[in-house]
Amino acid sequence: MTDASRPDGAPQDVEGASRPNASAGASTGDSIEASINQAADPSTDSPSIQLLPDLDPASIPIRIHDMTIAYHRKPVLWDVDLDVPEGQLVGIVGPNGAGKSTMILAIMNLVPKASGWVRIYGKPYQEMRRIVGYVPQRESVDWDFPISALEVVTMGRFGHVGWIRRPSKQDKQLAHEALEKVGMGEYAHRQISQLSGGQQQRVFLARALAQDAKVYLMDEPFAGVDAATERAIIDILMELRAQGKTILVVHHDLQTVTRYFDWLIMLNMRVVASGPTEEVFNDTTLNKTYGGRLTVLSQAAQAVQDYERGRG
Amino acid sequence: MFDFLHVLHLHDATVRSVLFGSLLIGATGGVLGSFAVLRRRSLMGDALAHAALPGVALAFLWTGSKSLPVLISGATCTGVLGVLLIQFITTRTRIKADAAIGIVLTVFFGIGIVLLTHIQRSLVGNQAGLDKFLFGQAASMVEDDVRVMSVMSLLIIVVVLLLYKEFKALIFDPKFLQSLGYSLQRVDLALMGLIVLTVMVGLQAVGVVLIAAMLITPAVAARFWTERLHVMVVLAAFIGGLSGASGTFLSAQAPRVPTGPVMVLVATGLFVLSGLLAPRRGLLARWRRQRSNVLRERRHHFLRALVVLQERSDNAPRFRVDELVQELGWERRRVAGEARRLRRLHLVDCRDGHVQATAQGLAEGTFVVKSHRLWEHYLVYRDIVNADHVDRPADEVEHLLTPDILERLEEILQRDHGIDTERVVDIHGRGSQYRPAGRERNEVGT
Repeated sequence: MTDASRPDGAPQDVEGASRPNASAGASTGDSIEASINQAADPSTDSPSIQLLPDLDPASIPIRIHDMTIAYHRKPVLWDVDLDVPEGQLVGIVGPNGAGKSTMILAIMNLVPKASGWVRIYGKPYQEMRRIVGYVPQRESVDWDFPISALEVVTMGRFGHVGWIRRPSKQDKQLAHEALEKVGMGEYAHRQISQLSGGQQQRVFLARALAQDAKVYLMDEPFAGVDAATERAIIDILMELRAQGKTILVVHHDLQTVTRYFDWLIMLNMRVVASGPTEEVFNDTTLNKTYGGRLTVLSQAAQAVQDYERGRG
Repeated sequence: MFDFLHVLHLHDATVRSVLFGSLLIGATGGVLGSFAVLRRRSLMGDALAHAALPGVALAFLWTGSKSLPVLISGATCTGVLGVLLIQFITTRTRIKADAAIGIVLTVFFGIGIVLLTHIQRSLVGNQAGLDKFLFGQAASMVEDDVRVMSVMSLLIIVVVLLLYKEFKALIFDPKFLQSLGYSLQRVDLALMGLIVLTVMVGLQAVGVVLIAAMLITPAVAARFWTERLHVMVVLAAFIGGLSGASGTFLSAQAPRVPTGPVMVLVATGLFVLSGLLAPRRGLLARWRRQRSNVLRERRHHFLRALVVLQERSDNAPRFRVDELVQELGWERRRVAGEARRLRRLHLVDCRDGHVQATAQGLAEGTFVVKSHRLWEHYLVYRDIVNADHVDRPADEVEHLLTPDILERLEEILQRDHGIDTERVVDIHGRGSQYRPAGRERNEVGT
């Protein structure tokens, strides 16, 4: 069903907007300077997407190839080609509806792909899921659920525990340590609705820490938290990076982008730019990401959906 | 006492096993209901039960047998069919879940009634007993039935124990569970399957019309008492079991009262009690909290007024009720009432129409006044509100400020804004340190 949601005919009909970065995929041999020059020149439509073609695939934490995602037959991510380098703090920015969360879900294979693939250190997610940690958006769960902070964090161990078996003493110990790490040790037995927004976010982070992963995917961990929590979270992320872990963070606050992230992915239904933050984060890319120029892409997406609806 | 038991036939093995059966049904309903309610699937149980009725009738028409396993199998078939139909409708059309449930539930139930009527008309003499599936008749259970039900209940509980962790994660954070490599479909299917079994087990005793209540009510009642899922499950089992057994017991006392309604009434009684009396989530506890907030606020305002009046009058200690009425803007009756209440708390003294704060009252009043003023200053200096709007927000928050927060406020105001917090006065008043023009902007928060 999902394969059918991307007809070969429809997108090409729309002003050629459908494959803006197809050339980037082909010309990965180009030097970094070339892609920067392209980005600096507002007249060219070529994006500055830095891939890592020379590296061994088994050393690349996340590689996305030619991926298109559609929800209810409406494309939300087009032709994503991405490499995420190891041991970096990577930000994903883009306007609402740009497909940031979708990209994270797609990396974990939680949404069907219309095309393309994702590899974690050269292998499919299913084989590598134990080295991937996930922090969902805070609003995605019901915080009135009858459960304690420690129980939530213990869920981070479930991937290692497996079906039917119970978390061991050691798992609980690890969960407790993760809570201590985010400064929430004394709240272990609080019910989660009695925690503040920042504390809830810390609990989610602790759960990911309890997963003991190498690659972390975090959906807006800084949304709606107080300054102290933001500080605490970024400290932990930097510590993880120092341990050689790779952290992908969906982020909203453009003010802190250059301070927080080594590598930046700018997204608006397609990848506008991807590379070292100081190289890709500039007025041109910001304009392309947040400006109105991409509306043609969403119009095309709408056209595809209408077309499909008419056909189905 | 012995006579009493004798009258109730508790010495009778059959009666005892019937009671045990309904206890099991209630307990199982409570356990699965906890998950169903938290997963917002409680109406699914209702649809399932109603859709089971035609299955009972068809199974009987097909086999001519009235044995429980046969009827339950038929019930399960149409019940599951109904649920699948609901899922089909919600995923393939724009009809929302509640409407889809409504459509499927009623049409299946309608078919069931038509079939039952048909059986009743055409097969006189043999049909007796099928209509008990409507409202439930626990007394009609024979020991074999109870044995079947016990085994099924036990099975259900064992599976719940095994999959407890998966169910908990499925309901709290399905995407996360999925990211760990668990198949959501499988966990969900297991949970739905158990809910189906639970409904089918209780069908004969409680009836298709009301069995949803045995899923929902004990679980919701249990939720009032606890903030932990495992406690909730155990409590719901207890409440369900109690309602099941006592419902059966009570309905047996009056001939021809069906069991289902009585069970539901007992369960609902326990639910109402829980809703009223539960310590934190209960209504009474909530009212009490609100009331104590109101009273604290009133006390604070009263003591604050005394302190402010004292400041203004160069430390005159006593004030007439009139002065307080004017300062507080309350009705005279309320001022007098509050004065009497605070006298009982030893916070003020009242003598010949005058009110005077005790040492204790003065201390509390001074604290409130300081909270109010520091908070006002904080809001204004942090550009959170304009100086001329600040009174109300400060009013709302001052009652909640703890000495800890106050200390931090003082620290911030002293450090960042050079305010002498020992001498802080009304921000609008004489001697205020507030200087609108000179204040800094855009400091980073701490």
